[in-house]
Amino acid sequence: MKVDGIPSGCAISGMMSEDGRRIDGRVIIKSIACMHDRSNGLGGGFAAYGIYPKRKDQYAFHMMYDNIESKEATEEFFKDAFNVDKDEPIPTFRENGISNPPILWRYFLEVPENKLEFISERDYVMKTVMKVNSDIEGAFVASSGKNMGAFKGVGYPEDIGKFYKLEDYSAYIWTAHGRFPTNTPGWWGGAHPFTLLDWSVVHNGEISSYGINKRYLEMFGYRLELRTDTEVIAYLFDLLVRRHKFRTDRAIMALATPFWKDIDRMEPEQKKIAIAIRQVYGSTLLNGPFSIIIGHSNGMIGLNDRIKLRPMTAARKDDMLYMASEESAIREIAPDLDEVWSPRAGTAVIGTLRDVE
Amino acid sequence: MRIDAKGIHYRPLNKIIRIAAASGEKEFELDNVGGQRYIGTGLNDSIKITINGTPGNDLGAFMNGPKIIVNANAQDGIANTMNAGEIIVHGSVGDIIGYGMRGGKLYIKGDAGYRVGIHMKEYKKQVPIIIAGGTAGDFFGEYMAGGIMILLGLNGKSPLVGDYVGTGMHGGVIYIRGKVDPYHLGKEVSCLELGEEDMKLLGSYLKEYCEHFGFDFNEVVGGKFTKLVPLSHRPYGNLYVY
Repeated sequence: MKVDGIPSGCAISGMMSEDGRRIDGRVIIKSIACMHDRSNGLGGGFAAYGIYPKRKDQYAFHMMYDNIESKEATEEFFKDAFNVDKDEPIPTFRENGISNPPILWRYFLEVPENKLEFISERDYVMKTVMKVNSDIEGAFVASSGKNMGAFKGVGYPEDIGKFYKLEDYSAYIWTAHGRFPTNTPGWWGGAHPFTLLDWSVVHNGEISSYGINKRYLEMFGYRLELRTDTEVIAYLFDLLVRRHKFRTDRAIMALATPFWKDIDRMEPEQKKIAIAIRQVYGSTLLNGPFSIIIGHSNGMIGLNDRIKLRPMTAARKDDMLYMASEESAIREIAPDLDEVWSPRAGTAVIGTLRDVE
Repeated sequence: MRIDAKGIHYRPLNKIIRIAAASGEKEFELDNVGGQRYIGTGLNDSIKITINGTPGNDLGAFMNGPKIIVNANAQDGIANTMNAGEIIVHGSVGDIIGYGMRGGKLYIKGDAGYRVGIHMKEYKKQVPIIIAGGTAGDFFGEYMAGGIMILLGLNGKSPLVGDYVGTGMHGGVIYIRGKVDPYHLGKEVSCLELGEEDMKLLGSYLKEYCEHFGFDFNEVVGGKFTKLVPLSHRPYGNLYVY
C-alpha cells in the first residue's frame, strides 16, 4: 500500500446531469482520484443513479456478507419478505490490491402485495433494511434503492472504483468519497456512501450531534448499526423528506438550522417557520463540521455546516452540476466551466432532474 | 524552466522546483496544474513561479521570498504562516488563507472564502498584507494580531463580508471599501473614519494592487472605506481571572 504523508481530510465529489444524460463511472473516478491525498486508503465508495434502467421498478439491494452463513440467512429472509426476481454476484475486478472483500451480491426485489396491507411499500423496505443490518450477523445492506446502487469498500476510492468495474455502469448522478477515518473503524460497511432507499450521502467531517440524532431516529424505527456518524444524515433525509414530507429547503433548515441571532432578523413569516422548525425538530440539527453531498433519484444536494468548517466548491457547465471538496477535482473532469463558486455556510446547492413528473 | 505538471504528484513536482531553485533557476512556469499541494512552500529563494491551472491547498505555506502568480482560482490554506514574498491570484481563493501570516503580500483579484487572515501578525518591518477585490466569508481577521487586510467588494456582490469580522482581533488594521453593518462585526473591534495617514497607506498598496489586475486606481481608492481596529490589545486578559 502507498504510504503518503497525512495531509488529512476526507474527499467528496459529485456530478449530475440535470438533463438525465448517463455518464460512465470513469469520469467520477478521475475526479475523486485527483484528491487522493485527502484519503488514507481506509475507505472509498460511490453512489450511482440510473444504472439499472431495465429493472428500474425493482428494489436493487447491494449486499455485503462476512461469510456464507450470513448470505444464506439473508436469502432465507428475502425469500419470505420479497419476490426475488434475480440475484447475482456484483461483478468485481480482483487484481488491483483490494484485500479481503466480503461476499458482494445483489438482488432485484419486488414487494409482495400481501405485505402492504398496513404499511407503505417504502416503509416496508426501510424496515427490512433495518432488520437485516441489526438482526442478521455479518450481513449489511450497502444500498436498497431503485435504479441506483452503492459501491464501497476499504481502499482508496480510485482502486475501489476499478474493483467494482464502474466503467461498466452509466449514471446521471455520481457521488464519490475518499475516506480518512478519524473516530470510527475503517471497515467495508463503514465506507461511504451511506444509503437508505434511494437516499445516499457522502460526508467529509464529523457529526458531533450523533447521539442526539440517533436517539431521535430510533423513535421512528431507524436502527443505527453501521458504527459511523454519517449514517444519521441518510436516515434524517428519509424521515424529513419522505415521511414528514418536508420541502428540500425546509429539510435543510432543520439540519443546518439558522442561528437564533439570524432568526431574530428574519421577515415575520420566515421567522415563524424557522422558530417552529427549531422547536419541533431540534433533535435533527446536525452539529459539528461537515460538507456533504446527498444523492436521490431526482437530484443532488450539497450542504456545509453553519460556519463552513469543511470545504466545498460547486460549478456548472451546460446541463452538468458539480460539487467537490476542491475545485481542482472538478477542473480535472471539466476544465472549462460556465460558473464556479464556493457555497456559503449552511446554504444548500440543489441540482434537480428536469422533466420529472 | 517550464514544467508540464499534468498528472505529476505534488512531491516530485515540488522537488523539481526545489532542486532547480537551489542551482540558480529564477523563473518557473507550471502548466496544467491540477490540485498539487504545497507549491512554493518553504522556499527561501527569490524566484518567480507562474501557475497555469488550479493549484492545490497550502500554496506558498511558510514561504520566504518567492513571487507566485496564479492565472486561475486557488484553493484553501494559501500563504499559511508565510514570511516574505508575493502571491498574486487572478481569480478567487478558498478558505483559511493567510493563516498566521507574518510577512509578504497576498493579492487576490476576486473573492476570498471563510477565515481569511486568522491570527495574522507583524513585527517591526515585517507587516503582512492581504487585499481581496471581491467579497469574503465569515471570520474575516479573526484573532488578528497584526498586519493589514483590505477588502474591496469591487464585484458588487452582497454581503460584502460575512459575520464575526475581527472577532478576538487585538492588533493590525482592516479596511473595507463600503459600509459594514455592525451586526457583522465581532465584539472586539471598533469602526473608525479614515485619516490622512490611512489614505496614504491605502494609496500605496492599492496602486500596486490595481496595476496587477488592471483595475482603475482612482475609482478603487475613491470609494468610501471603513476602518476596523481592535478595541484592546488584550481582549481576553481577564477571561479566566476570577
